Amino acid sequence: MTTTPLDNPLSVKKAGLSHTAVYWIGFCVVMAVLIVAPLVLPVFWAKFLTEILIWGLLAMSSDILIGYTGMVSFGHSAFFGLGMYGAAGALLLFPPNLWLAILFGLAGAGAAALFVAYFSTRLRDIYFAITTLIFSQIFYVIIFTWTKVTGGENGLIFTRPHLTFAWLFDQRFDRVTMHWFVLAIVAGSYLTLRRIMHSPFGMVLQSIRENEARTRAIGYPVQRYKIIAVMLSGLFAGLAGVLYAVQNEFAAPDFVYFITSGDTVIFNVMGGIGTLVGPIVGAGFFQLLRELMSRIFGDQFPYLIPLGVIFIVMIIFLPQGLMGWARRWLNK
Amino acid sequence: MHALTAVFQDIPVDLILIQTVNGIVTGMILALVASGLTLIFGIMDVVNFAHGELFMLGAYIGVIVMTATGNFWLALIVAGLVIALLGAAMQIATLRPLIGRDPLNTILATFGVSLILQNFALWYFGPTARRMPTPITGHFTFFYLDYPWYRMVIALMSAAIIGGFYLFLKYSKYGIWIRATTQDRVMAQAMGIPVPWVLTGVFALGAGMAAASGVLFAPLVGVDHSMGLDWVLKAFIVVVVGGMGSLGGSVVAAIFISLLEAYASIWVSPSQAVIVSFVVLILTLLFRPTGLFATPK
Repeated sequence: MTTTPLDNPLSVKKAGLSHTAVYWIGFCVVMAVLIVAPLVLPVFWAKFLTEILIWGLLAMSSDILIGYTGMVSFGHSAFFGLGMYGAAGALLLFPPNLWLAILFGLAGAGAAALFVAYFSTRLRDIYFAITTLIFSQIFYVIIFTWTKVTGGENGLIFTRPHLTFAWLFDQRFDRVTMHWFVLAIVAGSYLTLRRIMHSPFGMVLQSIRENEARTRAIGYPVQRYKIIAVMLSGLFAGLAGVLYAVQNEFAAPDFVYFITSGDTVIFNVMGGIGTLVGPIVGAGFFQLLRELMSRIFGDQFPYLIPLGVIFIVMIIFLPQGLMGWARRWLNK
Repeated sequence: MHALTAVFQDIPVDLILIQTVNGIVTGMILALVASGLTLIFGIMDVVNFAHGELFMLGAYIGVIVMTATGNFWLALIVAGLVIALLGAAMQIATLRPLIGRDPLNTILATFGVSLILQNFALWYFGPTARRMPTPITGHFTFFYLDYPWYRMVIALMSAAIIGGFYLFLKYSKYGIWIRATTQDRVMAQAMGIPVPWVLTGVFALGAGMAAASGVLFAPLVGVDHSMGLDWVLKAFIVVVVGGMGSLGGSVVAAIFISLLEAYASIWVSPSQAVIVSFVVLILTLLFRPTGLFATPK
């Protein structure tokens, strides 16, 4: 997908601050707000915010493909779901340990990503999108029908592990520490991904997006880069799955279903692809609208109809998403 | 030797016969869905994610008209026309503004449309599945096999629609317009062909075909709001295996995959039999990523 690079400096030269300084100040302010939020917000909204961060991480992982490499993945539910089930497996089979759950979740998602990447990167554009969708459906069918291992329709239920650091620290999660833990992981992932996308590796991915044939002609092994991009994306999606499983204490086949992948794409488009932050904003925007609509019109309201309309209008008139629009507005 | 004959005796011959016929019948409906999809892709470079929802809405309209009038053929025609109009409106509203942009935008836009249509169906028709009475109830016997006529009619109708469509593309004036637009949009425009309207017409045609297959299929299983995704997935697999944009490839791949699934469901549950078609897809991607019958473009 062609986009103009969004890493343009926010035009704040007038203020006499460098772009980097403004970026880090902004980052610290947002972080401070997010750290304080669970202490101030009512219980419902605090949990809501934690979930937005998790969905945001999932959407951000998908942005590596949609925004940076130009490949739309409709199969991120597979990685998210495998992360969930990996964590559930680790917590049910062994003495519950948070880090083991994360390790297992990442291993599950990584294995799924390797499988999907190996086949789907042979194809481009629309074909890639379709094959990722079909592959995620394979995982869904397996998880849904293999009742002995995965619990089938009912999924798996487990108790939340304690927050531990080696032998130094062992504490039960409460609502606030859970939020902080999620926030730390999401922020860490964001910084890692930002670093990776600004590294030579990330530049090659962006050059694949801009002109794949030319990138190949220069001598980069395009398919290998794509496989690594899909795996990277899958690992972070799996991490989001682990967080979601730990927060909600279950793993369910619904989350491996296509709807999760679809939501991921919507978050990306609404928030702004190729920005990493945008997908988190998009996830927040989507969930907030959805919550508001169900509060105003009742639970039975088909909120996806107006959201679908907004989604299409944004594709046509606001292809850069909310973040792109905000940047352009700030640059005025 | 004895072991071998035992294996052959274990194969249920009558079941295989039934499943062969079933596979071909499902394959023909699938071919009808997939040919609409591949037509829209081949001519417009648009992957219509909402194709399954058009199929589903077509089936709903079929059920409504059928219960109101009792005439199945009227239901088929009305559903085809209404959904064709809906498809035209959808193309004008969402896809026409995206002409000239990256084709990936179109998959996103049609995905948005599918979201809207599916949730509309859920909200308007409710979550319970609707039944549609079978229009032709007779059975016939073939060797010792008892088989409903209606399934035969489905296969024949699908074949007739696909065949008629092929002749339309090949010989009629508008078919020639469509093929000209596929080959060279700019040149076609220069020759006085109204290209934007040809694109709208093609989309409407594909939508109408999806609706017709929905109506034909409805009496077999009933209609609910979530049936679209299953069908669009299967149609995607067929189109990738058969080669995007190849009409003949879609038909062959549809029948091939449906047959395999029908045989597989002798031994495993139908929801697991789907995996067979996934395996076919993976093998195709491994050995012929452009599809088995892709036409060089």
